[in-house]
Amino acid sequence: MSSIRILYFGRLKDAVGHADETLDWAGGTTGQLLAQLRGRGEAWAGALAEGQVFRLVVNQQIVRGDADIPPGAEVGILPPVTGG
Amino acid sequence: MHCDITIQTAPFDLGAEEAALRVHAGDAGALVAFQGMVRGHDAAIPLTALFLEHYPGVTEAEIRRIAGDAAARWPLTAVRVIHRVGSLAPGEGIVLVLVASGHRAAAFEAAAFLMDYLKTEAPFWKREHFADGSQRWVDAKASDGDAAARWA
Repeated sequence: MSSIRILYFGRLKDAVGHADETLDWAGGTTGQLLAQLRGRGEAWAGALAEGQVFRLVVNQQIVRGDADIPPGAEVGILPPVTGG
Repeated sequence: MHCDITIQTAPFDLGAEEAALRVHAGDAGALVAFQGMVRGHDAAIPLTALFLEHYPGVTEAEIRRIAGDAAARWPLTAVRVIHRVGSLAPGEGIVLVLVASGHRAAAFEAAAFLMDYLKTEAPFWKREHFADGSQRWVDAKASDGDAAARWA
């Protein structure tokens, strides 16, 4: 079984309770991943609600729209940014 | 265009960075420097520290992309960006943007553009630590989005 590594940043780390996880993944898209994670329950659905997710990053590339996530990928889930 | 991006925990030295950039700035008639500092207050409670995290590799690449966008809009000769991460005390420098160009209008505008996009696009997250022991992740500000939108 293939897997992906998911990294959470900023307040998402606190909201979901950890900084990273490994998830079984046969293939799919960023939209499918978010739907799967939101389906874990109310806390996850709230933490990853639309306004709480700013960008997704697949293998160090910021992606837009519903992007492909190949098995073995590193996926970063970024909340709204507050630098500068 | 010369472009140098650094994410670091250590403080930066404006004078040293300016001297270093001049070597690469070519025949620039203008050099604009912007330095952002940690404010000691947010709302009523004094701040003891600001903690920043980033996404190593991705953050640097995104700042480089933003600098490239600036260079496509204005005739820049050199850009230097330093953004600090980790724990910073009130009054410390958090971000430094240096822009060199032939003329001042381009340098001023490009520096403002870089800061607006650094605040709204670059992957950094701030957490405030207050004097009463509480802490919170900073919310993204709508006013920062408005500031960046003026360049669209």
